[in-house]
Amino acid sequence: MAVETPLKGNIGDSIKRKEDDRFIRGKGNYLDDVNLPGMLHMAINRSPFAHARIKSINTAAAQAVPGVVAVVTGELLAQHKLAWMPTLSGDTQAVLATDKVRFQGQEVACVIANDPYVARDAAALIEVDYDVLQAVVNPQQALKPGAPLIRDEKEGQKDNHIYHWEAGDKAKTDEAFSKADRVVKLDTFYPRCHPSPLETCGIVADVNPATGHATLWMTSQAPHAHRTLFAIVAGLPEQNIRIISPDIGGGFGNKVPIYPGYVVATAASLLIGKPVKWVEDRSENLISTGFARDYYMSGELALRNDGRMLGLRVKMLSDNGAFYADAQPTKFRAGLFHIVTGSYDLPAAHVETDGAYTNKAPGGVAYRCSFRVTEASYLIERLVESAALEMKMDPTEIRLKNFIQPEQFPYMSATGFEYDSGNYPRAMQVALDKLGYKELRKEQAEKRKKGELMGIGVASFTEVVGAGPGKHYDIAGLRMFDSAELRVHPTGKAILKLGVKSQGQGHETTFAQIVTEELGIPAADIEVQEGDTDNTPYGLGTYASRSTPVGGAATAMVSRKLRDKAKIIAAHLLEASAADIEFDHGKFFVRGSPSKSKTIQDVAFAAYTNLPDGLEAGLEGVTYYDPPNMTYPFGTYLVVVDIDRGTGQVKVRRMVAVDDCGVRINPMVVEGQIHGGLTEGFGIAFMELITFDEEGNCIGSNFTDYLLPTSWETPKFEMGETVTPSPHHPIGAKGVGESATVGSPAAYVNAVIDAVGHLGIRNIDMPVTSDKVWAALNEKGAAE
Amino acid sequence: MSVGQLITVTVNGEEKSAEVEPRLLLVHFLREKLRLTGTHIGCDTTHCGACTVLVDGTPVKSCTMLAVQADGQQVTTVEGLMTGGALHPIQAAFKEEHGLQCGFCTPGMMLTSVALLKENQDPTDDDIRWALSGNICRCTGYMNIVKAVKTAAVQMKAAAAVPAETAAVRN
Repeated sequence: MAVETPLKGNIGDSIKRKEDDRFIRGKGNYLDDVNLPGMLHMAINRSPFAHARIKSINTAAAQAVPGVVAVVTGELLAQHKLAWMPTLSGDTQAVLATDKVRFQGQEVACVIANDPYVARDAAALIEVDYDVLQAVVNPQQALKPGAPLIRDEKEGQKDNHIYHWEAGDKAKTDEAFSKADRVVKLDTFYPRCHPSPLETCGIVADVNPATGHATLWMTSQAPHAHRTLFAIVAGLPEQNIRIISPDIGGGFGNKVPIYPGYVVATAASLLIGKPVKWVEDRSENLISTGFARDYYMSGELALRNDGRMLGLRVKMLSDNGAFYADAQPTKFRAGLFHIVTGSYDLPAAHVETDGAYTNKAPGGVAYRCSFRVTEASYLIERLVESAALEMKMDPTEIRLKNFIQPEQFPYMSATGFEYDSGNYPRAMQVALDKLGYKELRKEQAEKRKKGELMGIGVASFTEVVGAGPGKHYDIAGLRMFDSAELRVHPTGKAILKLGVKSQGQGHETTFAQIVTEELGIPAADIEVQEGDTDNTPYGLGTYASRSTPVGGAATAMVSRKLRDKAKIIAAHLLEASAADIEFDHGKFFVRGSPSKSKTIQDVAFAAYTNLPDGLEAGLEGVTYYDPPNMTYPFGTYLVVVDIDRGTGQVKVRRMVAVDDCGVRINPMVVEGQIHGGLTEGFGIAFMELITFDEEGNCIGSNFTDYLLPTSWETPKFEMGETVTPSPHHPIGAKGVGESATVGSPAAYVNAVIDAVGHLGIRNIDMPVTSDKVWAALNEKGAAE
Repeated sequence: MSVGQLITVTVNGEEKSAEVEPRLLLVHFLREKLRLTGTHIGCDTTHCGACTVLVDGTPVKSCTMLAVQADGQQVTTVEGLMTGGALHPIQAAFKEEHGLQCGFCTPGMMLTSVALLKENQDPTDDDIRWALSGNICRCTGYMNIVKAVKTAAVQMKAAAAVPAETAAVRN
């Protein structure tokens, strides 16, 4: 039997994940698994109305339930100046409502009890007398003159308008349009959806009355930033706050904001002096925590008759819900929507967006995407599809004609982004070959003659991830750098501590691999720790595909810092000059004599036992990395669908995904990330929808109404890759967590439009459900 | 607090007796009373399958079964999958094929898979996808979960074949 040498875990090795051992045994430690002595449980009474004035709150019946310790109302919080809290977008949000409720499901009062069942029983007994007001359920309605004023408590707020924001060059874009042979227009709505990680949000707050120390176990994608925000909101000294983000059961952006439940549980623990646990149920998660998208987009593309793009104009209207709580860098109201020029060499572009308050849940998080990049990518890829249809060009031909060419990088886009690297034609070619594109076009033509509907969807996306640089990008003022601390022990084993925080991405394995590559310590000998603010260096956390671009770069840089010191120690051991020491895969040797070498383990031991004079002991270091630029992953996705004219049912026959995320640290993990993103993209394209009736009742408040893809619906994916390293990232990686959610919805929808475009159908808004497809066909007299 | 009811449930081979409220859900009995926290709660409405356990060998969503209904029955949770310190083939296969990311759905996925493999030793992709369609995973896109179940099926068949062959030789 052949003996396989176990992989050391260098970059490019698909080693198995270290974190799996506890998960497959049921020994993960998720938030709800945290159980402290004397712990109390919190339940929330929520508003049944979307918009109503609170006349009175009667808590007597709730307080009388045996086992109830306290009932917390907004009035009580107001006494501690905690009834309102700041949002990540510089607005305010009610922690518990005092004056009005502004969305269905808003937090009104909380019960703290010795048992979770009792807490829920009592929460249902709180009597709230409401005066129901007219609800505003979309931004068009919100901005009409005379619309009910939602934020009447805000000084100077006279209407429901939140912001106006622009990017690009208006004059140059107007000029491009004036010279165009034709203009193609697409109005499309990217509906409200929800990240719905399988684990909901929660907290166990343990404030010790004797010491004033607050230990907060939280489902947090950004524990360090949350610590600072807690210090500011609750007025607690920051050194007394310890946030521990344990194993997280998926995040996808949902666990970036701070939610009212976290604040109330912490305040309750402070007031009562006992630990308080709050874990959302699924409905609470869907109706009150960070939704995504809800963007009305109108795009216009100016073209020459030969298909060359001259300019892009975009107007958007954003539904932000009752509190402007988007998780975006402060200066960027529409996040990184600038990426709307996509993969194309567009000489001019102009984007404007307006945000509006509505009586819907706040949030505006990026559901597995980097700050509104998904909306931007969807719009441009759909618009290009429309242009191809209008101009009777093949959708691949119009893209090839307009791609930014490999030699144009670094490329400055019309909206001001500097794309780091790319080879778009190559990724497309790999995808077309894998699919057998030409053959399928022939099949489509034959089927069309017989009246059968088959479509091939194309999306050649470019996304932008890995924010900072810190001088441009921040969360609530905190610059978006990230950090890594590496400690190599005397026996040559190491601990790596990170400012980012995995929610399933596999950091315990892949970040160890970066150290393996840079220092030669096997990945199995490296323990990766994250999530505990007392024991990890400050970082901005994991979202927007920033862990590998920023935290991964910090890890490479701290490894190199230690390698430089290790060279000095190796020189001492080899009785040579440090300038003559070379390093190769864990071995140090004098240039030209690789046979006489010292291993990293030898050097680590010497760092504590046998140092050259004047050198500090130890082999430890920390790096805070502020990226010089963001990274620009890209790819081409191709989808083949068949549509039943009788039912409108869309069947995804094939899905080919070619991704270029730069250097792949662990290809197995990268592919897993892409599979997941393609599935969430599939859900968004065909199934997932949070909508509201005219009274503001949320439809999509449980998994009966909010449909997530199961193994049965989910297509089988065919994967391909190209590798174009990022020139500015220390290991050439770009990040991949979100590419597939960003790129795939347009590919799926374009496949549907490709099947029905010849009938004159240009748009069907997501989710593209059978009834909508059938109605569109029926309108054209093409349904059966 | 309402009056308790005495139940005895055999959990992972061990008899457990407790006085419970009649309304206590099986998942809370397992998680809170027995501190078997490998069984997770994802949706409360029987859709997601994170809370799947085996009751007398059948996958059941323990968030919609009362603890009192499990009285006198055999319950297997993820903590009961290992035998004598060795991983169950389904556990080994989930790691081998990268069938998990955040790990939250994994216990339920593995238990549903174990029940499938008991009924069907040689499942096709579609058999697996159908069997697992009551278990939602938000991370993996199911590709590698399907692979893991197939790998486990091969391993289990091979393991089952060993004593059969030995028996044949003896005859």
